[in-house]
Amino acid sequence: MAMSFEWPLQPNVDTRQKQLAAWCSLVLSFCRLHKQSSMTVMEAQESPLFNNVKLQRKLPVESIQIVLEELRKKGNLEWLDKSKSSFLIMWRRPEEWGKLIYQWVSRSGQNNSVFTLYELTNGEDTEDEEFHGLDEATLLRALQALQQEHKAEIITVSDGRGVKFF
Amino acid sequence: MDRFVWTSGLLEINETLVIQQRGVRIYDGEEKIKFDAGTLLLSTHRLIWRDQKNHECCMAILLSQIVFIEEQAAGIGKSAKIVVHLHPAPPNKEPGPFQSSKNSYIKLSFKEHGQIEFYRRLSEEMTQRRWENMPVSQSLQTNRGPQPGRIRAVGIVGIERKLEEKRKETDKNISEAFEDLSKLMIKAKEMVELSKSIANKIKDKQGDITEDETIRFKSYLLSMGIANPVTRETYGSGTQYHMQLAKQLAGILQVPLELLSPEDLVNACKMLEALKLPLRLRVFDSGVMVIELQSHKEEEMVASALETVSEKGSLTSEEFAKLVGMSVLLAKERLLLAEKMGHLCRDDSVEGLRFYPNLFMTQS
Repeated sequence: MAMSFEWPLQPNVDTRQKQLAAWCSLVLSFCRLHKQSSMTVMEAQESPLFNNVKLQRKLPVESIQIVLEELRKKGNLEWLDKSKSSFLIMWRRPEEWGKLIYQWVSRSGQNNSVFTLYELTNGEDTEDEEFHGLDEATLLRALQALQQEHKAEIITVSDGRGVKFF
Repeated sequence: MDRFVWTSGLLEINETLVIQQRGVRIYDGEEKIKFDAGTLLLSTHRLIWRDQKNHECCMAILLSQIVFIEEQAAGIGKSAKIVVHLHPAPPNKEPGPFQSSKNSYIKLSFKEHGQIEFYRRLSEEMTQRRWENMPVSQSLQTNRGPQPGRIRAVGIVGIERKLEEKRKETDKNISEAFEDLSKLMIKAKEMVELSKSIANKIKDKQGDITEDETIRFKSYLLSMGIANPVTRETYGSGTQYHMQLAKQLAGILQVPLELLSPEDLVNACKMLEALKLPLRLRVFDSGVMVIELQSHKEEEMVASALETVSEKGSLTSEEFAKLVGMSVLLAKERLLLAEKMGHLCRDDSVEGLRFYPNLFMTQS
């Protein structure tokens, strides 16, 4: 299936929606597989994600920007700098992660407990959880989302940061 | 050099000697000629050159034949010279040493000096033009240069004149070629005048259109191929005119219409469907307009186009046109319509525009 396209996008509106959605899903799958939580635009241009060496086709940078913007709108991407040269990519949205973490906390009856960030993602107790091994940047945003819902509070602990769940 | 005429060298009455100089060589333009050593005499009327070795060889030009003169300074091994630019020779010129020359100037080379003074005196005579005030014998007068009122110049003016003549010739050719067109335009003009007068009459309700005018008008329309002519004004409104025209068009589309405006044709075509005629006008998104049979269903064609594209994996407009046997323009329109309907999607690259079955929609 020919998925590469040149500027502009598919003229048919419905097709274009599908086209963009396909690209977004590809990006997220790729990043999840390669455990890549952040990237620069330049890296992205050269990565197999947007550069198909076999077909000798590259997605032009303007189109890459459109895909990234679409991901941002959906909540899966956050720009790390003002000049939009590098970004955080979250194959699950922070809210979704927050939900998963809170579910585990509730399930294991650990409400009102305090955890260090490290414990959450690298502790033995979370080994079976999906969020095990999650990168700190995404974790923080997940906890911030919970904080918004008054389900958690990010605190400072002895050698870093931690979180208290309610 | 063809301006020189043989002469006795004797001065005429009223002609005075101004200066003379030995050791002068004449050049025809840049070319050395046999007249390499002579005495050059300047009179109020002429420039005379006499061969030093052979006094019988004597020739002259009238000062009035001189356009202008230039000095050429001496160089190493080169004598000072005076360049004399001349008007063309008159047709009735007396015989001289040269029948014709490609040059319009001569050079006088002063091998024994004297150029400076000679130039000064010659310039003076050119300025004073004493020959105009002191008429000499008839034989000299016939050798006058340009006739009054007639410009015959060499150099740039000559070139300009030639260009002007050429332009006139071209104009004449074009005029002849367009004779037919202007005849046609005259006829068209007549028609327009007649139409206007009929229109005005109807508008102002000023008397009847004469039978003569009606006949004339009908004959004009007949000559354009409209058998039962309808006039715009008779029906009082443009659209009704187009309706009638549409009906006629449906019948006579084979006949070339020479003087029907494109706007009228399109407007008439727009009426085809409304009038339930077997043809109709179709306008694509791109603006391309086609006339098709009523029975033609483009949307159905799209379905078969999708099949064709799927079979081949992908197709460009040209490839599709070839396969199906239709014009590239119409092939493209059909593929674009299929894209619009969501059946096809595109891959627009440097290699061209290619259409694929839209798997985005079918395989989500």
